[in-house]
Amino acid sequence: MSQGLARLQWPVVIQAGDVVKVRLLVQHPMHTGYQQDMQGRLIARNVLVWLACELGGQEVFRVEPSSGIAANPYFEFCVRARASAEMVVRWQDDLGVMGEWRQRMEVAERKTPKP
Amino acid sequence: MRPGWPLLVAAMLGLGTLAQAQPQPARALAPDQLRSGLAFAGPDVQRLQADGFANPGMLWLSRGEALWAQGAGPRKQSCRDCHGRQAESMRGVAAQYPRLAPGAPQLINLEDQIRVCRSQQQQADDWAFESDELLAMTLYVTEASRGQPLHMSPDPRLAVHLQAGAALYQRRQGQLNLSCSQCHDQQQGWRLYSDRLSQGQPNGYPVYRLEWQKLGSLERRLRSCYAGIRAEPPPWGDLHMRQLALYLTWRGTGLPIEVPAVRK
Repeated sequence: MSQGLARLQWPVVIQAGDVVKVRLLVQHPMHTGYQQDMQGRLIARNVLVWLACELGGQEVFRVEPSSGIAANPYFEFCVRARASAEMVVRWQDDLGVMGEWRQRMEVAERKTPKP
Repeated sequence: MRPGWPLLVAAMLGLGTLAQAQPQPARALAPDQLRSGLAFAGPDVQRLQADGFANPGMLWLSRGEALWAQGAGPRKQSCRDCHGRQAESMRGVAAQYPRLAPGAPQLINLEDQIRVCRSQQQQADDWAFESDELLAMTLYVTEASRGQPLHMSPDPRLAVHLQAGAALYQRRQGQLNLSCSQCHDQQQGWRLYSDRLSQGQPNGYPVYRLEWQKLGSLERRLRSCYAGIRAEPPPWGDLHMRQLALYLTWRGTGLPIEVPAVRK
């Protein structure tokens, strides 16, 4: 079950052994602690403490964003796809709220020789 | 036939035409001069809006899509239960707002209509102005009209609101004593500090603004302008904001709706 909201994207067609670019967009306000709300009250700091991606149970990406990262952060990384597996993105913020997003990466058998 | 007849007929025709033609405000910008706010944005903002994945407005669009199918209220009724598929039932709907509420003389915008649906049809908990849920649903409904030109509803009862909006647009106010028109008609394209002054077109709302770091409505954007000229903004949900939005829709007639839009 996914909690929170994220978007994951990779190439539509992936062959086993390909190095693919993964794009990740996570919805989070990333309040720095210096912003004000509509009534002019200070909003308490709330940024992502950590965010990690697992592909088929193996951690492939981890980041510890701080208050210097904009709201709704966007990440890009490369991963070698060996077989179809589920990508699980998990994160936690300063309020202790955990998020999770799952999406299955389909990997086809290699038909063309490796470049 | 007496010789006076043709004159009389001509006079009647003339009167009839006068009665039908709505008095329209003067146009400061010719239709071929109209530019979306995107044309005034930097290349980085333009690139972010064009990127169908990284455009942060997409997050609210996904949220709106999920909310569309989600039951709410005592009967667990969802938008989809009444309206079916958004792509068909909501096509062209956003382009008609602001308009008069069905069966009431009130001028409402799309957010108001969604809130009415939510409280009266679904009988669910209220979505406040600028709440993520309301913005997400407004964006999702507006997205069904993407690419369609802005077009003010031809309802003749809107004329009085259009005139009021036009008057507000021309009125100098605030400590800086500026009218909307002075920046967005007369000085558009010139620089205000590091920004280029846009024409203030309403075709990208609700918009993701980098300054806000989130999605926001046209009403919030108008309130930002009030703050900019040091004027006291009207309360949330005020009629004047809807009249101004109506005038902006009329003024931007023909510009395609381009949500989810990104602005600085």
